[in-house]
Amino acid sequence: MLALQILIDGFAVSALYGLGAIGFTLMFGVSGVLNLAHGGIMLIAALFGWYVAAEYGAGPYGGAVVGIVAGLLASYITYFVVVRPIQRSRAIPKVEEEIFILTGTLLWGIMIQVGMDYLFSNNPVSMQPLIPGVVNILGVRTPWNEVMIAAISWAAIGLLWLMVNHTRIGKQLLAASINPRGLTLLGFELSRIYLIVWTIYGLLAGLAGVLLASFFGVSSDNAGNLTASAFTIVILGGLGSVQGSLIAAYIVGYAETITAYLIAPTLRPIPALLILIVVLYIRPQGLLGRR
Amino acid sequence: MMEMLRRPGPWIAVVLVALAVSAPGWMGAYFLGIFTTAYYFGVFAMSWDLLFGFAGEVNFGPTFMIGIGAYGAGLLNNAGFGIPLCLVGGTAAAVAAGALLALPALRLRGPYFGLITLVAVLLLLDLIVIFANITGGEIGMMVPDVLSISASVNYWYALGFLVVSALILFGLSRSSLGLILQATGQDRIEAAALGFNVTKHKLAAFCVSALFSGLAGGMLTFYEGAASVDTVVSLAITVQIVIAVVFGGRRTILGAILGSIFLILFDELLRPLGQLNTFVVSGIALAVIIFFPDGVLGWVLRPREPR
Repeated sequence: MLALQILIDGFAVSALYGLGAIGFTLMFGVSGVLNLAHGGIMLIAALFGWYVAAEYGAGPYGGAVVGIVAGLLASYITYFVVVRPIQRSRAIPKVEEEIFILTGTLLWGIMIQVGMDYLFSNNPVSMQPLIPGVVNILGVRTPWNEVMIAAISWAAIGLLWLMVNHTRIGKQLLAASINPRGLTLLGFELSRIYLIVWTIYGLLAGLAGVLLASFFGVSSDNAGNLTASAFTIVILGGLGSVQGSLIAAYIVGYAETITAYLIAPTLRPIPALLILIVVLYIRPQGLLGRR
Repeated sequence: MMEMLRRPGPWIAVVLVALAVSAPGWMGAYFLGIFTTAYYFGVFAMSWDLLFGFAGEVNFGPTFMIGIGAYGAGLLNNAGFGIPLCLVGGTAAAVAAGALLALPALRLRGPYFGLITLVAVLLLLDLIVIFANITGGEIGMMVPDVLSISASVNYWYALGFLVVSALILFGLSRSSLGLILQATGQDRIEAAALGFNVTKHKLAAFCVSALFSGLAGGMLTFYEGAASVDTVVSLAITVQIVIAVVFGGRRTILGAILGSIFLILFDELLRPLGQLNTFVVSGIALAVIIFFPDGVLGWVLRPREPR
């Protein structure tokens, strides 16, 4: 009974983690950017979505749409205000671009967190469930909302997979992640591809933020932890590998759920961190990383 | 020597030191306290710059070493040891922990290294909360002894410590260690091909960084009479260190001091803004990164020091 409960809860949590992490890993794979404002962008989507849903009575779906749009806008702002100026700066040597993007997005993430704290305070808020009620799965009472969130997460992941593997744009993204120079030689504008990847990233992060608000609830204090857990999952799975991130999301999700149920809820984050350390020592490129 | 005198760097340093030394004569106790904190912060930031600016490693875990230095010293003090012994013990613990972290972590590069150092901090935070009965958990840990109760004496301690650390770290950065680190940061493979043991030098830099971070953490604990997660371990401290270094100018060591003073002073001046002061300070630092990637000191020194 407990095992089944862990299985079901872990599945939903992991699906959401996976959704939260794939945008991050796609971004790195295609454009080499590690966006440390990731948690902040999810936070913007979650808080604006919640606000519109609760204060303007737009309901959970109206809130979700607004939240996703807010996530998309936040993603564009991150790209145009922070990342692109650093990539284009002539004063920053190419070899140091990576650490500048890391520190730049780190600062930007802090600005988002403090800004959200100012606008919405740091009280934890929860969005109403997307769908009310409880379903009985083999004797385990599970909220419909949890089922729905897992389903939406997997639907989004599936759509992304279809897009990357079966559309022209997706193939360009794939090519950009393998050999950006080759792609430019074939006459494709890299800047257009970056814009596309930031768009997809914004939509994914926005959706993940909204679902997070509906599942766990969020507070502006969570921004750092959200970034850290996405970062953990992505590195564990191997930077740039979408499949790896999904596997890692399930490892982390189940490790946390099992710890929370069987040992103590306060120890929840620790096993995932220990697994990460062990994996990095044995296999620094992560589970499915290519290097 | 004449070459040295013609460059502005040393002169700026001399003027600043003169101003700093005379401060207890003309500055109120309140601002002395602010500067005391800023000086300890300056040591945090300089130690971080040695890794970030020179070795090109983004260490997200400076507070791992600072925290171990601070809590190590505090725990020893609570066990009845005197302050000097506590500082030595705390620092030794910080260096040992730093080496333990660095030995395997330095096999990793770039973001992997950054993440593993970040994880170290998160684990330390969790451990402090879990063992709340001896560490005080989220509330913090009081220590029975303090360095001094006089604002100016505390100020002297901090200033002396800052100057000595700055001399040593600046000297190191201009020694062959600094050059090799810089070469490694720019092109690891070429540096290794030239016959330098890259890992050994990075490990040395990490240990030096841990030594000063840990000692500064311990001294800060005895200045404040308490060690708490918010003052020595929290990721917010890491962000402030990053801001201080990029604002002052990375790879200058001394710029980190300017950055720390700017940061702490601004934090104080912008206090009326409430929560938004962090927003403004981070925004300024972000603008500096984008428009003046060499930082204030780097920008001042650049015309005389073509790279």
